[in-house]
Amino acid sequence: MELDSLYQEVILDHYKKPAHKGLATNFSAQVHHVNPSCGDEITLNVALEGETVKDVSWDGVGCSISQASTSIMTELMIGKSVTEAFLILENFTALMQSKGTQKGDEDILEDAVALAGVSKFPARIKCALLGWMAFRDATAQGLIQKATETKGEE
Amino acid sequence: MNQPIFDAEVIKRDFPIFDRKVRGGLPLIFLDSGATSQKPRSVLDAERHFYEFTNAAVNRGSYLLAEEANEAYEDARATVAEFLKADASEIIFTKSATESLNLLAYSFGNAEPGSNFALKPGDSIVVSEMEHHANLIPWQQLAKRTGATLSWFALKQDGRLDLDSIDQVITDRTKIVAITQQSNVLGTIVPLEAIVKRAHEVGAIVVLDACQSAPHFAIDVKKLDVDFLAFSGHKALGPTGIGVLWGKFELLNQMVPFLTGGSMIESVTMTDATWAPVPRRFEAGVPNMAQAVGLAAALKYLTNIGMDSVHSHEMALTKSALLQIAEIPGIKVIGPQDTDSRGGVISFTVDQVHPHDVGQVLDQYGIAVRTGHHCAWPLMRKLNVVGTTRASFYIYNTEADVSALVDGIRQVQKYFKV
Repeated sequence: MELDSLYQEVILDHYKKPAHKGLATNFSAQVHHVNPSCGDEITLNVALEGETVKDVSWDGVGCSISQASTSIMTELMIGKSVTEAFLILENFTALMQSKGTQKGDEDILEDAVALAGVSKFPARIKCALLGWMAFRDATAQGLIQKATETKGEE
Repeated sequence: MNQPIFDAEVIKRDFPIFDRKVRGGLPLIFLDSGATSQKPRSVLDAERHFYEFTNAAVNRGSYLLAEEANEAYEDARATVAEFLKADASEIIFTKSATESLNLLAYSFGNAEPGSNFALKPGDSIVVSEMEHHANLIPWQQLAKRTGATLSWFALKQDGRLDLDSIDQVITDRTKIVAITQQSNVLGTIVPLEAIVKRAHEVGAIVVLDACQSAPHFAIDVKKLDVDFLAFSGHKALGPTGIGVLWGKFELLNQMVPFLTGGSMIESVTMTDATWAPVPRRFEAGVPNMAQAVGLAAALKYLTNIGMDSVHSHEMALTKSALLQIAEIPGIKVIGPQDTDSRGGVISFTVDQVHPHDVGQVLDQYGIAVRTGHHCAWPLMRKLNVVGTTRASFYIYNTEADVSALVDGIRQVQKYFKV
């Protein structure tokens, strides 16, 4: 049924066992994002090492889509360069806006292609993007901080 | 009186939206009337008729259409007045209940220092912990602007307000008590008598948010003895874009305007203006005429059924739903567990399944419910839930809808294997 395209098995698995949930103490930047239409909340930490995403950890409450999407995102991003990470993010955002017309590039998005079905449910796109937007925000803040610190050292 | 026999199946046929199918050809099971109601044909026809035959700006033209538009608009005001057992001069049309409540908050905020409505540091405004954002934020912000304090009735575990401390909550310093008649989340009906009595004892005015009550049971503002009342048209079978503010004439008459502009003036010079009499003082600009006419048609439709019949039908569905939901393990009803002093709104949680996911699965069966925080975030925090799923009933709902909801909840649990 239609619902199965939304709730793929891999999504339900991530929902039940979310990856990197629980905030790490070491981080470059921390952000708190909310989805005001439903009250879902996320706190997300990003640790950068040079140009690399060293670690992503998070905590929060939300529906299966937002929790699974965040979980999948952390597994994708950790270990990537910031440039790679932002490319993946751009790719995922485009998939979410595709209104069900795209399947997603598995080479780039890996498990996140399971979320392709979300794009057919306009009310749920924000849920899927919550963690990703938090990641983008935290990483940008981390980069700015690093730039400021480097400047200070000069 | 020859009251027609209430039959929701027959009533449903008056609502064109139920002719459509949803999600792969399923009938629509609409359990979200707490957010907005569906519209009967007579309302759609009234609005359409206004545009097709009488459309002209009220309070301006001297031609036939303008006269007829005026008459239709003022008739609508009289119908609303009758619905609330009030006087037509006390009915103000706004665009929404939210605007009605803001009108009050801003008018009070703009009152001359020392006047009846002026607030100052040390004064207090009282609300409750289960207010909709629309009856919380205007007062919270008014308090901030004036230095007054905001106090509130706390919610008890059983989903009712703690009125034991009424004398400590409403004090000599209280100027305004703004409270809902029925919670949009829990369905709790507030015992107003004690609150009104205490408020008037200390000289405070009572503002009633009747958004969840006026569409569902008979209201008599004189018996309630509140000072102001707000409700929205679209939750009462009427169109969007029309709300009502009722107030005691002698109070409205002392108030300064909220929105200024055309229609609400008596005389204007380049440097000053004086105000039209109530209610026009509070209706700046060309009003939502067709929507006012549509609302009047809606209230006539409800009155024709009889508000007591409306209420008893909803309570029968609520009782049945509460009983059936109680039988499902892992489902928790948030709020009063029985039908005592509550309306046709049921909020619940499903163990280990987020409300959004509950709503999504129900939608697959054609069932429309509200999920999330219901514009009552402080209440959600108090109840320690992220949100709830809410089913709300109206005249077009049937026992079959209740059964569909109960079956749907079981499907949710099956789908998420909880």
